[in-house]
Amino acid sequence: MIGQETLAEFLAGAETVAGSHPYPRTRLDRVGWQALVARLAGSDWGLMAEWGEPDEVYVALRDESDGEIRIVSHRCFDRRFAAIGAVRPAAIRLERAIRDLWGLEPEGLDDRRPWLDHGRWPVRQPLAARPRDPSPTPFAYPFLTAEGEGLHQIPVGPVHAGVIEPGHFRFHAQGETVVRLEARLGYTHKGIAGLATGRTIKEVARLAGRVSGDSTVAYALAYARAVEAATGADVPRRANWLRALMAELERLANHLADIGGICNDAAFAVMLAHMSVLRERILGVNRALFGHRLLMDQVVPGGVAADLPPEGSETIKQLLYGLHKEIDRARQLYENTPSLSDRTQGTGILPSALANRFGAGGFVGRASGRGHDARRVPGYPPYEMLDLSVPMLLEGDVNARVMIRFAEAAESLRLINRILLELPDGPVRTDLPLRAGEGMAVTESFRGEVLVWVRVDESGRVVRFHAHDPSWFQWPLLEATIKGNIVADFPLCNKSFNCSYSGHDQ
Amino acid sequence: MIPPISKLLFRALTRGPQTRRGPVAPDPDGALELAAALGERARAKLGRSLAIREVDAGSCNGCELEIHAVNGPVYDLERFGIRFVASPRHADVLMVTGPVTANMAEALRRTYEAVPSPKWVVALGDCARDGGCFAGSYAVVGGAASVVPVDLHIPGCPPEPARILSGLLEVMERAVKG
Repeated sequence: MIGQETLAEFLAGAETVAGSHPYPRTRLDRVGWQALVARLAGSDWGLMAEWGEPDEVYVALRDESDGEIRIVSHRCFDRRFAAIGAVRPAAIRLERAIRDLWGLEPEGLDDRRPWLDHGRWPVRQPLAARPRDPSPTPFAYPFLTAEGEGLHQIPVGPVHAGVIEPGHFRFHAQGETVVRLEARLGYTHKGIAGLATGRTIKEVARLAGRVSGDSTVAYALAYARAVEAATGADVPRRANWLRALMAELERLANHLADIGGICNDAAFAVMLAHMSVLRERILGVNRALFGHRLLMDQVVPGGVAADLPPEGSETIKQLLYGLHKEIDRARQLYENTPSLSDRTQGTGILPSALANRFGAGGFVGRASGRGHDARRVPGYPPYEMLDLSVPMLLEGDVNARVMIRFAEAAESLRLINRILLELPDGPVRTDLPLRAGEGMAVTESFRGEVLVWVRVDESGRVVRFHAHDPSWFQWPLLEATIKGNIVADFPLCNKSFNCSYSGHDQ
Repeated sequence: MIPPISKLLFRALTRGPQTRRGPVAPDPDGALELAAALGERARAKLGRSLAIREVDAGSCNGCELEIHAVNGPVYDLERFGIRFVASPRHADVLMVTGPVTANMAEALRRTYEAVPSPKWVVALGDCARDGGCFAGSYAVVGGAASVVPVDLHIPGCPPEPARILSGLLEVMERAVKG
């Protein structure tokens, strides 16, 4: 039966490109690619990322039935390819970005507007083989319209009122009710993919850790694992455990800050104060043990930058003990404050169907019934030894996203404790062999699944680097979620999503 | 049942604030002496008030995290009368983070123009100095100084909260001179 054909079966007859680790890359011709797009319209193969090269388009797919991950590419000699966005809305912005950066034309995509390119770069299609001349004037951006009596627009950004990243939000509202929200992003586009090309593996590690500063460990880890897959490096066991330790500390610190931030946006400032104190304790321990409060540049290709100091285990255990009690108190406070529940319950509901359709990960997906977690599928060491439990709720409202964070914070505390108990001895870093190849890795950031794909040459230089942020599949959902809510609840909904601008724009 | 908020407030009342302070106890990152000095100067030079408008001109959001920390109860910037404001029109200081991206250059310039004089610009973090690790990209214009006149640079990737405090102290110095 056609409906039961797996992704691997579908790709079985096509050309396999050598040197792609650990996930095979299949190259499809024009007909094959069109067949893939047609199949994507009805299959449950999940879209993980889509990116370009000067003459080739790439898509990473996961068969949700068996967890098989494949990279599929298509050489578009005439610089055109059949748009996946025509059948999968989650790909629309990715393909608009592919057109902006590599100049490959997604055929069949209705949305002709540029996305990352605002007409302000000194070149157009900067990553194409032959970039085009710059636009004489910045592009005007026609927002999607909403018409009706009494409708008004509210433009917000790119400079916002708080200490947050830049992006533009265009509301169409009727009175207080949001009829349509559309975001315009790309303001923080730094051209990271272009900068990485031709640099050494070590230099690119610094860039990878700065795709989105709040997820620096998750990105550095995804990059390191991708490079290690490409070069065939064997990472010492202890390094894997220390990486997980850092990743969980990062997750914990971010979840606490988010819980505080969400409550603050519901005018419950005491929670933000409480959580800021707890977060600061974690960052202080990070600084004392690893030398950097946010743990930047600590995960490196080949292992970790430095071993945990001898007193590290005891210091973290004391931290855990205090946090455990305090987080529990905060959860009780959250659950027993009716004025707060009144704001968060039933606000900003993301339907499960949409979360699944866009493949939303992290707390956004898990609060709406999509329990995917990269630590489990495909999984990476040492999580297979840690009996990870992934919380899931079905309500999909702001409250559910807060409760998922509380549950994940508790789980991170447990994981850190287990890691400290079972941390193996041994070296924490190995030299990378010089080998050309392609590698891809996925890791779970606090926000969702981070994907990094990399191609290195035999001299230890990066030929191509692509990083995919979970926010790509969450930003569009925020727009759907806010519909029908009041404008005043937008900050609350936005904070409960906490999408990354920098990770998305890159 | 005693509401959890009552318990929390009671603990805060009996145990005192979480803010690092006290002139005697040595502080590992030197924030204490700094904080005391900052308080005096803020009072003397600007009548206990300095309003900062932050603009992310393309940062990775690492600097923003540390600005939040400075605003939090542990460093508690506001006890010195320094606070972050929502509108550039209420600001004395423009604090810029990140390399200035081509897509943000105009927004940064217009925000600067909206700040009333006298005004000072603080470039926060290594990227805001010269573009940092993003320098040389087609999408990056350069450091904050390539778009607005910068008075002070606070280094770090990202700068630690204590360093941000010390940088603001320096702004106070310059404010009185210039």
